[in-house]
Amino acid sequence: METTLSSLPGPREIESLSHTRIVQCYQCGKCTAGCPMAGQMDAPPTRVMRLVQLGDVEAALRAKSIWQCVSCQTCSARCPKEVDCAGVMDALRQLAFERGMASPAERRTVIFQRAFLDNIRRYGRLNELELIARFKGEVFLRGRAVGVLFEDADLAPKLQQRGKLHVRRQRVKNRGVVERIFSRALDGGGR
Amino acid sequence: MKLGYYPGCALHGSSNDYEQSVRASLAALGVELDEIDEWICCGATAAHSLNHKLAVALPARNLALARQQGHAEILAPCPMCSMQLLKAARAVRGDAALRAEIETIVEAPVDGGTGVLNLIQVFERAGIDKIKSAVKRPLKELKAACYYGCLLVRPPAVAAFDDAEQPRSMEAVVAATGAAAVEWNYRTECCGAGMTMANPETVLELSHRILENAAAHGANCLAVACPMCHVNLDMKQAAIEKRYGSHYGLPVYYLSDLVGMALGLGATELGTDRHFVAAPVGAKEA
Amino acid sequence: MARIGVFICWCGENIARTVDVVQAAEACRAIPGVRCAEHYKYMCSEPGQALIRGKIASERLDGAVVASCSPHMHLKTFRRAAAAAGLNPYRIEIANVREHCSWVHHDKATATAKAIDLIRMAAAKVRYDRPLEPIRVPVTRRALVIGGGVAGIQASLDIADAGYEVVLVERDPSIGGKMAGLSETFPTLDCSQCILTPRMVEAGQHPRIRLHTYSEVEDVQGFIGNFEVTIRKKARYVDMTKCTGCGECMKVCPLKRTLSEFDFGMGTRPAIYMPFPQAVPARPVVDKNVCAKIIRNGCGLCEKKCAPGAINWKDHDELIKEKVGAIVVATGYKLYSIGREQKSSKITGYGEYGYGKYKDVIDALQFERLVSASGPTNGEIKRPSDGKVPQSIVFIACVGSRDNAKGLAYCSKICCMYTAKHTMLYKHKVHSGQAHVFYMDIRAGGKGYDEFVRRAIEQDGAKYYRGRVSKITLENGKLIVRGADTLAGTPVTVEADMVVLAAAMRPADGIEELAQKLNVGYDENGFLLESHPKLRPVETNSAGVLICGACHAPKDIPESVAQASAAASKVAVTFAASELTREPEIARINEQTCAACFACVRTCPYHAVERAEIRARNGTLIKYTARVNQGLCMGCGTCVAVCPSKSADIDGFSEEQIYSMVEALA
Repeated sequence: METTLSSLPGPREIESLSHTRIVQCYQCGKCTAGCPMAGQMDAPPTRVMRLVQLGDVEAALRAKSIWQCVSCQTCSARCPKEVDCAGVMDALRQLAFERGMASPAERRTVIFQRAFLDNIRRYGRLNELELIARFKGEVFLRGRAVGVLFEDADLAPKLQQRGKLHVRRQRVKNRGVVERIFSRALDGGGR
Repeated sequence: MKLGYYPGCALHGSSNDYEQSVRASLAALGVELDEIDEWICCGATAAHSLNHKLAVALPARNLALARQQGHAEILAPCPMCSMQLLKAARAVRGDAALRAEIETIVEAPVDGGTGVLNLIQVFERAGIDKIKSAVKRPLKELKAACYYGCLLVRPPAVAAFDDAEQPRSMEAVVAATGAAAVEWNYRTECCGAGMTMANPETVLELSHRILENAAAHGANCLAVACPMCHVNLDMKQAAIEKRYGSHYGLPVYYLSDLVGMALGLGATELGTDRHFVAAPVGAKEA
Repeated sequence: MARIGVFICWCGENIARTVDVVQAAEACRAIPGVRCAEHYKYMCSEPGQALIRGKIASERLDGAVVASCSPHMHLKTFRRAAAAAGLNPYRIEIANVREHCSWVHHDKATATAKAIDLIRMAAAKVRYDRPLEPIRVPVTRRALVIGGGVAGIQASLDIADAGYEVVLVERDPSIGGKMAGLSETFPTLDCSQCILTPRMVEAGQHPRIRLHTYSEVEDVQGFIGNFEVTIRKKARYVDMTKCTGCGECMKVCPLKRTLSEFDFGMGTRPAIYMPFPQAVPARPVVDKNVCAKIIRNGCGLCEKKCAPGAINWKDHDELIKEKVGAIVVATGYKLYSIGREQKSSKITGYGEYGYGKYKDVIDALQFERLVSASGPTNGEIKRPSDGKVPQSIVFIACVGSRDNAKGLAYCSKICCMYTAKHTMLYKHKVHSGQAHVFYMDIRAGGKGYDEFVRRAIEQDGAKYYRGRVSKITLENGKLIVRGADTLAGTPVTVEADMVVLAAAMRPADGIEELAQKLNVGYDENGFLLESHPKLRPVETNSAGVLICGACHAPKDIPESVAQASAAASKVAVTFAASELTREPEIARINEQTCAACFACVRTCPYHAVERAEIRARNGTLIKYTARVNQGLCMGCGTCVAVCPSKSADIDGFSEEQIYSMVEALA
């Protein structure tokens, strides 16, 4: 999908979406220091914040790290300048997803989150079996990764034994309102 | 004491042992739970990662339902749910324009004034001393590593609960059951959260660090108050052991399990027989 | 009939470019009361002033308006010129036709018209100017110095050497302050006590310095030149006239495990103690909170041992009064308390660093005591937990500083330097040791400072990582420090034997109460406020009260000493004459019409209005009245605004004058 660079958001827009003043960040690195995933990230949190400050939003949106982030909130909790770094990561994810710019290397995560949303859109509550099936199917089709189909396959019977697998659908009666909520939030501008 | 009850998808899904445990232990303490009718998913990680409005609207709908059904306070045993509910309430309280917009989206008034409690808070409400005096079977053989995870205490401004760096609330409940709480260093480190399916490597690595540290500090079990943490530490423990070539054998109890067991409830009542990692001998006899 | 002269300055081009000064002068000749109107290129110059003086004489002027730059620039200049010509200097008014006219407008016609209006208003004002005389206030030429650290000692010595008596009050049992506890000082690595103790002894022995240690300022009354200070001398339980400082009492005291304040808890002291061997005065005090004799009439061993019989259990706090003419505040600093016990809800401490939980996580002053040759470990760096020598130490900068979330927003200025110093002292003592420093920036702007920090890195092998630390945990006796290096863009984890936290500098405890006693302002962090941040760094808005050292803002020893001498010089200026003169443009209360409601007394921010009685010659009370203390009044006008009977007014800015200025425009 083509992205028109001129339509990329600027730092101000990201600040407004995340309700935090990124300009306050003085690059102290405490977020990176406490991030459980920093060692594996291409751009640890400090660098992501700096990219946004410099206006290189594209690099931030395409980074793997925003999808490697587990939203543990440690960065925001410890930031001495009260910058909501976790909120910025959320904003970047939302923008990257909208624009189809999410890092291909982290495809699994994006597929999972979208499948999750589609699932609850349909039923109002999560149906795990259907989510797993949809997730595995899509990951397999996109990446031809056969392995995914068998991941944790050994757990299925054990979950079944323990009465933790529900074949019967979890759903709310008033699914119409759920559909309308989704439609207004996603299709009515989304932000 | 009567509370509105928001189970969330996990407690009605593969973490239904947590719901069983919560209901049994709270009933034994005289706490009545009234499940919110027509509750919907809070949106969890997917909503806050992909769409800002949805991340506020989905929990807001539940706050509206709780209010409509006459609940000033609700229990959300899953910290992902409780955090999303608290965040939505805060967002709506602080921004009148956003509130108006959300009310239109969710087709109900949302005032953001509904109280949201986590499991530890409900035990505190029931009374630590009351729990202590009701104990029939002190859990003396247990040396629990109290594991808070992320969302019970962070972000501190929203959670407004306990100390985000050196929390003690779970230890207080554990102490009331007669069990010992060990001093260890991974009490608030992330287990990998909802990445279990999306990013299993991450979960294995992060949860491995937690189990490793708990064991190194002499724990013979873990105590949690979150269904995702439970899955990552209990259901995935075998995979972690296999990946890292270690053996832990650490049962992972929900906090409500510990309270329930101390109050004399059995494994089938609490659902502890449905965990993946077997419980130590002493606890099973209850 | 008024005889007013108008003198319009061109100010080169500054005024004349936008205001037609020739036309203005012509127009001003028509203002009622104006005898002459002149203009000149630079009125403040010698020919300009000569012009004014000449006209005052030839036209027998009784008042003058100078249309020029701001009064802040040359009001005093023109007043002196008038006085030289025999005209009372308070019958001069300035019409500011530069900052208020030519510098802010473009159109010549309207600017000129405005300039004429401004002059017209000033002329109206001059007519009602009273020929005031400066106010003279007697001066007690003795100074009070509060705080006996290096700044207080320096100020005391300077004032005493200038020939004036000094009362030096120190809250601790000895003077010396924080500097007495330091090991070596940057950037020279001088032994701290070696350079300080000679000054301490000099202050203790100076014939003009009266030292009150273990004492605090209880109350301050009065005003510049005329303060009366009440000092509480806390009970020492040791008779200073008999005690020889032999130290036998301290040896025999059985209670040896109270944490030493001087060692910041790194060591212990007995119940009867001197804070350190080089104390001035070298006499012990008894800690009444732990002494068994005082609490339950037990023990008493020190008394038995004391040959001169100097122990006095009947001692009690004593209140003494001292009259002084100036006060220097030098109360110093304390470090940010890193644990959770904070008074403010915003300053919440750092639970993630384990301070207070892990014994080997200490703060910078505690580390100084470990390194100090006279410290609790005799200068050997040892872990508080097990006494072993640490092979790796992590130093963390900016703990509590530059932190809007859990600490203080400001930079504490000295930590970059003393952290580099700590790494060097560590290396010099433990050759195999490795120092690691987590920093955000290096602030080393003083003389030789940057070179000092580079020496720590390039010659003494300290490893510097640019990033903060997120968390410290203890595993198997090692402190796991999780930080980051943003230059490399990676997290950095160091396993250390000890961690030293460079905690923020804050003003000493009790600063706010003291400031209120002295009527000195303080900011949100408790630091005392100077009169002007650039040009008057040691004066306060309370005349006669000076500040110096860390009570003003975080700073190092050279700056503290410089400020102390600066404060002393201000004191010397105040004491130079036996009387002080003050500008007379202050409030005056019409005692006939005053209704004694005392609204002014309550609202005056300088506490400059007093309640007074008017009595007949035989002593009968006629009435009460408010009366302005001419030594304290700053002429702010608050009393004028609140007075319901219009009895309060400002000389030189009376209500009559203001109304006349308004009418002149109409």
